[in-house]
Formats: sequence, structure tokens, C-alpha cells
Amino acid sequence: MTLLSIDNLSKSFGGLMAVNEVSFDVEAGSIVGLIGPNGAGKTTVFNLITGNYQPNTGTVLFDGQNLVGLPTHTIVEKGIARTFQTIRLFQNMSVLENVLAGGHCRMHSGSLAAMLRTPAQRREEKEAMRQSMAELDFVGLAHEWQNKAKNLSYGNQRLLEIARALATQPKLIVLDEPAGGMNDQETHDLIRLIRLIQDRGITVLLIEHDMGLVMRVCSSLVVLEHGAKIASGTPAEIQANPRVIEAYLGVDSE
Amino acid sequence: MKSSTIYYLAFAAAMAVCPLFLNAYWTDVFNNVGLYAILALSLNVILGHCGLFHMGHAAFYAIGAYTAAIINTSYGIPILWVMPLAGILAGIFAMIVARPIIHLRGDYLLIVTIGIVEIVRIALINNVFDITGGANGIFGISRPSVFGYKISKPDQFFYLIWGFAAVTIFLLLRLEHSRFGRALMYIKEDEVAAGGSGINVAHHKLVAFIIGAVWAGMCGTIYASKMTIIAPESFSFAESVVLFTIVILGGSGSIPGVILGSFLLVGLPEVFRGLAEYRMLVFGAAMVLMMIFRNQGLLPPGPKNYNVADLLQAGGGK
Amino acid sequence: MEEFFQQLTNGLAVGGIYALIALGYTMVYGVLKLINFAHGDLFTIGAYLGLTLLVSMGLFDKIGPLPAVILLAVMVMILVAIIGAILERVAYRPLRQSPRLSAVVSALGASIFFQNAIMAIYSPKFLVYPHDILPKAAINVLGMDIPIMRIIMFMTSLVLMAALYFFIQKTKIGTAIRAAAIDQGAAKLMGINVDRVIMLVFCIGPALGGAAGLMVGLYYGQINFSMGWMFGLKAFTAAILGGIGNIPGAMVGGLLLGVIEAMGAAYISIAWKDAIAFCVLILILIVRPTGLLGERVAEKV
Repeated sequence: MTLLSIDNLSKSFGGLMAVNEVSFDVEAGSIVGLIGPNGAGKTTVFNLITGNYQPNTGTVLFDGQNLVGLPTHTIVEKGIARTFQTIRLFQNMSVLENVLAGGHCRMHSGSLAAMLRTPAQRREEKEAMRQSMAELDFVGLAHEWQNKAKNLSYGNQRLLEIARALATQPKLIVLDEPAGGMNDQETHDLIRLIRLIQDRGITVLLIEHDMGLVMRVCSSLVVLEHGAKIASGTPAEIQANPRVIEAYLGVDSE
Repeated sequence: MKSSTIYYLAFAAAMAVCPLFLNAYWTDVFNNVGLYAILALSLNVILGHCGLFHMGHAAFYAIGAYTAAIINTSYGIPILWVMPLAGILAGIFAMIVARPIIHLRGDYLLIVTIGIVEIVRIALINNVFDITGGANGIFGISRPSVFGYKISKPDQFFYLIWGFAAVTIFLLLRLEHSRFGRALMYIKEDEVAAGGSGINVAHHKLVAFIIGAVWAGMCGTIYASKMTIIAPESFSFAESVVLFTIVILGGSGSIPGVILGSFLLVGLPEVFRGLAEYRMLVFGAAMVLMMIFRNQGLLPPGPKNYNVADLLQAGGGK
Repeated sequence: MEEFFQQLTNGLAVGGIYALIALGYTMVYGVLKLINFAHGDLFTIGAYLGLTLLVSMGLFDKIGPLPAVILLAVMVMILVAIIGAILERVAYRPLRQSPRLSAVVSALGASIFFQNAIMAIYSPKFLVYPHDILPKAAINVLGMDIPIMRIIMFMTSLVLMAALYFFIQKTKIGTAIRAAAIDQGAAKLMGINVDRVIMLVFCIGPALGGAAGLMVGLYYGQINFSMGWMFGLKAFTAAILGGIGNIPGAMVGGLLLGVIEAMGAAYISIAWKDAIAFCVLILILIVRPTGLLGERVAEKV
């Protein structure tokens, strides 16, 4: 079953065509990689999916609904969570508080309930704490719950962003260069983590430059270059695709 | 019992016995401190917790005070009964006024809020709708009475004001440690990340404004009944500056900090009354120096306590 | 028709004042992204210093009105420029790396400090500029009597604005200022001494504001320690109207606001005159926050 369907998506900034009529599908339960040389428009596609940018043309069909035009927080409520390429954690807040932010959209107590501390509100808070700690445990950061986010190592900060995204109980998680700045051991653990996320029934769409990770973990790949899709298929197919090789390595001038 | 609870109870106890040791003049000073504290706490929701640069808080205060004054003097309704209405009207005003400006960038929002408070003041002076009494304001506002007990002396007002302050602190503390309170903090820290985490940023900003306005409006009622006369000059931009400064210098986002700020900024000038000419001078210089040397305020918010120790798994972590 | 023309010229004269003050706001905002709340008070200081110099030196008796005014203007501009530079050094430079809000609060504190200093040094009451020194005559333009002072004021503002425009556009230092306004980091890499550029901006802006203060004192005859507040806020509105950070914008915005205000006061209601500026401000920020000529401030969202 197709969970996410990008159709003819285009976005230009001034005169620059950042995303050019890109179309691809993401099957539910799969792990799809979006790859391509720097500047290919991958993060822009992500921003278009999550509502941070509005496309010039095209649709983003998620679970049968077109997400174009919806504000970011509504898209999160609908079930798409993301991490940022540049890491946008709440740096001066604790690790736990960062994950609690993800749980916000699955809770309901407003200001009035907060002031009155209704039984429902208290239950909800307890449940939110439990869930957040569970997500922290899932990524392996439970013991850091009191630490400020900015004090974590770079790799751990990326894991924290994933935990926060998971706390929104997404159907689809969109990871923007999750292995950025990670060493081999951390990358290995990340691959394991991504597979565990898949085991939970969450679909994964990721941008990555680490080809080793991408080839091992993704069931299918979409390749972008200069804003346009140039290939898609299984990792084996992509590795053998001459157009892709050309895009990454350039053409031999013979 | 948490240590912070002990501090609050100790503070409450100290305040409760205060009037016994103070003469009428100083009791009145403490009354002013109390009023400013409530107002600053209401502004703290908007500015301290949510991080919105708001310098027009006196406008909400004014709407509350004038609503109470007008209804009380025109219809004779007891002032304390009008308090919720004053708050609600201020809240509605905030809702109307804040909605179009909520998305503005920091400094622009600041300027617009200044414009709003000035327009309100000018409207009051110009006797808009012919009910505000112009530059002379409204007089003859009745004193509050609780179950027939009339409140007119400073130490009676002391308990009314600080009683209301206690309720305010209690409710705002609860608000701070809740989903809503956290949402405001996330927005203050990083709006884009907050939106990306699923928080409806515009909605929460608006509600923050409304809550702050409702409280300021209710406080305006108490002020009106204490002074029995209100005039536009009490609700000028200068008042907004004082409130803004109390929040920022006391500790933006910190309830104890804001309370401390109120005591210092309203109480200290009374201590140095003799040097009246120079106190504003010192005030201005202090603002500059504070920003250079301690810009997080005197009592910045500390890390929050969460009851999760029991949720830590035995072998959790890498 | 005569009334209209009178109001128009009046509006332009006042607008010139707004423009001069607005330039100070816009230039500072351009390089520091800071709303200098104390700028209005530098305008006030200009008015007060002008009065002190005027009275104490008795210039008018010694060298005649026109040379006296010019000399006065030059002296005031230099003095206020120095104060502006000191302000930058003391209240803003230490906060360059701090969050924006800190600088805003510092600016407010500086403003409060200046106002109260003026009040303490001079007096909280209105002070009066000597009346009889300036030409009260009106000259006849197109069949209408226009006060000559109005024309002088407007011309002076124009001259100063033209000088500034030339300076910013055609000189090397002016280009450096524009570069620093667009991207401080890049400017530094190009070898521009950004600290000096900023100090220069804090000399020029306040100098113009001080000159405006002197003119207001001479024209209206009365000054008060809080005059900077109203004028400052309106000038800031003018800067926003033209596009904050945009120098020609501040000039256009100032003149436009002056005219709108004069027309509004004459044809709508004089009691609400001050509110007009605020309404314009709020409208612009909601409808077109980048101003009429566009914001020349590079900001990454």
C-alpha cells in the first residue's frame, strides 16, 4: 500500500528551479532513501512534504490526503514527523523536555485544564512522561534525560531528534542526514535503530550521503540531480545505473 | 515536599503577617508592589514564557480598569462582580488585536504593541464612544466589598491584592508546568522546531496573549477600586516599560524572578525617595548595566523537576 | 485650496524633520538590526544643547541670524554626534553577541537615562527658545502667504538629506556603510572595519537628529524633555513606512508621514493627530512590513 505519493512536485526560488517535477512513491513499511549530489534539492523536497515550503505545482498525497497548503503542525498531527539536517533541538532545554515536545500533538489538555489540574490532565501528563522516557530508552538516551540538549555529543543530538520525532507517534518518519557527523560505530547503531523503527511499523524516508548506510538499510532509492529525479529502484539497480554514476562521479572526458 | 513549595509557603507566611509591622504608607507601597507583581506575572506569560516582545501591556490593564469603572459607575454593580467581565473584555480585545500581528518578527511586534497602547491611551483621552471621561477619566468608583465587609484601608487592600496575587501565582505555576506551558517555552526557544514537532505556534501565541490580557484586566479592576479614580495617564507606555523591565530584569519566564523584580523596581525607589530626582536616572542606567552583565535577569528560571526517576529502566542507556 | 496648500507645506516641513530623525533609526537598524530607542532622546538633546548654546553665546546679536543658525547647527550636530558615539560604545557594543532583546532593553534604559538626565540638568518644565530672533515674515508664493521659517526648515532638511544621500552612494565610506548593513561578516572579510563603520553611523544618525531637534526648537519655540518620545515614534513609523534599513525610504517615509498627518489633522480631526501615525504604523506592519521602498535588510528566515 502506498503511504506517500509525491506527484509532479516543483519549487522555484526566484529564478532557480530547486525541485523540478519530481514524482515518487513510498510504500508503507518500507525504508526509502533519497540520494543525490549536493544541491540536488533533497532537503527542499523534505521541506515541501512537511509544509515548511509551499510548492509551485504538484501534490503530496499522504494516506490518501493532499498535504499541500496545510501548516506544518497539522502535517505532524496527520502522521509525518521529521528531523532536521542542521539539528533543530531546543538546545537550552533538557533531553526529556525535547522529547516531550514531540508528545504535544498527541495530548489534549489546554490552558484551562492545566490550571485546574483535572484528573484527565494529570493522567495525560503521567502518560506523556512514560512515553517520552520510553522513546529515550529506545534510542539509548534514557540516562541523559536531565542533561541539556546542547551538552550532548553531536551523534547523540541526532538520536535525540529522532526520539522527539518518534514521540509524535508518526506513520512516516522523515530523516534528513541522520548519520551526519557520526563515526562508524554510531552509524552501525543507527542502522540497527532504523530497522527497529521499521519493526514498529513506521515507514522511513531518509536523505543520506553515507552510501554504505543507504545501500544496507534502504529497500528502494530515489536519485535526484539538479532538482530532477534521474533514477529510482532497488539499491542494486541504482548502483549499476550509469546515469547515477555519472551524476556522482562526472563523465569521463575521453 | 519540594523545596520550591517550601519557599513559596514561607513567602506566603511572611507576606501574611507583613501588615502588622508596616505603617499605612509602607502598606500602600506593598499594595503597589502587589498590583505590579500581578501585572508583571500576566505579562510574563506573554513575554517571559512565550518570548513575545510585548510592550503594550498597559493597554489590557486599561481596558480592564475602564470596563470596571464604567460599569460600576453607570450601573452600580459591585466592583468585584465586574472583575471577571473586565478580564474577559480585555481578553477579547487582546484576541482581536493580537491575531493580525502574531506572526510579526520580534522587533516589529514590539513596535506594533507600542502603537497599540498609545492608540488606546489617545482613544481614552479623546473620550471615545463618549464613555471614557476624557483626560479627566472616571471618578466615583466604589470600593470593593467581600460578603458585606467593605475594603477601604491599606491593610484591607493588602489582603485583597496579595490574596489575588497568591491565586495568580498558584494558577500560573500550574500553567507553567503543563503541556501548555511547555509549548510556550518551545516556541520561545525555537519557533520552527516547535512547529516541526507538531505545536500550533500561532494558536499558542494568541492564547498566551489572551491569558495575559485577562489577568491584566482583572487586576485593572482592583486598581480602579483602590484609587476610585482612573485617568488615561496611568496607562501610558511608561507603565508598559516598567512592567516589561520587571519581567526582563527579574528573570524572564521565572515566577520568583518576576516577583522579586516587582519588589525591587517598585519598592526600591520608595526606599530612596529622598533621591527622587535621580531614581529614574539610576533605573535607566541599571537597565543598561544589567543587560551587559547579567542579561538573564536576577532570578532566571531553573531546570524543571520531572517525576521520572521511577521510569528509568535498570540498564537503560548505552 | 489655499488651506490645502498651507497644510501641504506644513506637512512637508514637519515631514522633513521626521525624515531627518528617521534616517538615524534606519541607518542604525541597517547595520545593527537594532531599534535605537534612545535616538529620539538624541533629538531632544539637540534641541536643548541648541538652546544652551544660543542663549549663552548670544550669537544672534554678534553675527546675525542666518550665520548664527548655521554655526549653531554645526555645533549641535558635532556635539550630538559625540554623544551618539559614546552611547554606542557604552550601551550597545558590549551586547553585539547577545540576544536581540538585550540590546532592546539596553536601548530603553539609555532612553530613560537620557530623558531623566535632561530633566535633572535643565528642568521638567517646558523651556522656551527666544522668540524674536527668527524671521516671522511670510513670503508670497503663488498668491499664498507661506511662513518663511517653514520653507527654511524644509530646505535645510532637503540639503542635509541630499548630503547624506551623496555621502552614502558616492563615497567609499558610504559604500562601506551599505556593505556592513547588508552583511557584516562579508564586510569584515573585505577589510572593512565594521566597528568604525558602526561608530560612524552612530555619529551621522544622531547628528541629523540633533539638527532636527534644533530646528524644532527654533520653529515651535518650545521644548520639553519628553518631546523625543513622540517625534521619535513618528519618525520610526516613517522609517518603517519607507522600508527599514532603506535610506531613501526613510526620506520618502518622513515627508509622506508629515503630509498625511497634516492632512489628517486638518480634514479629519486634530485631536486624533497623534494617533494617525500609530495607525499608519500598524497598518504598514500588517499589510506591507517591508515598507514602500522595500526593506534593505538581508534576513534569513
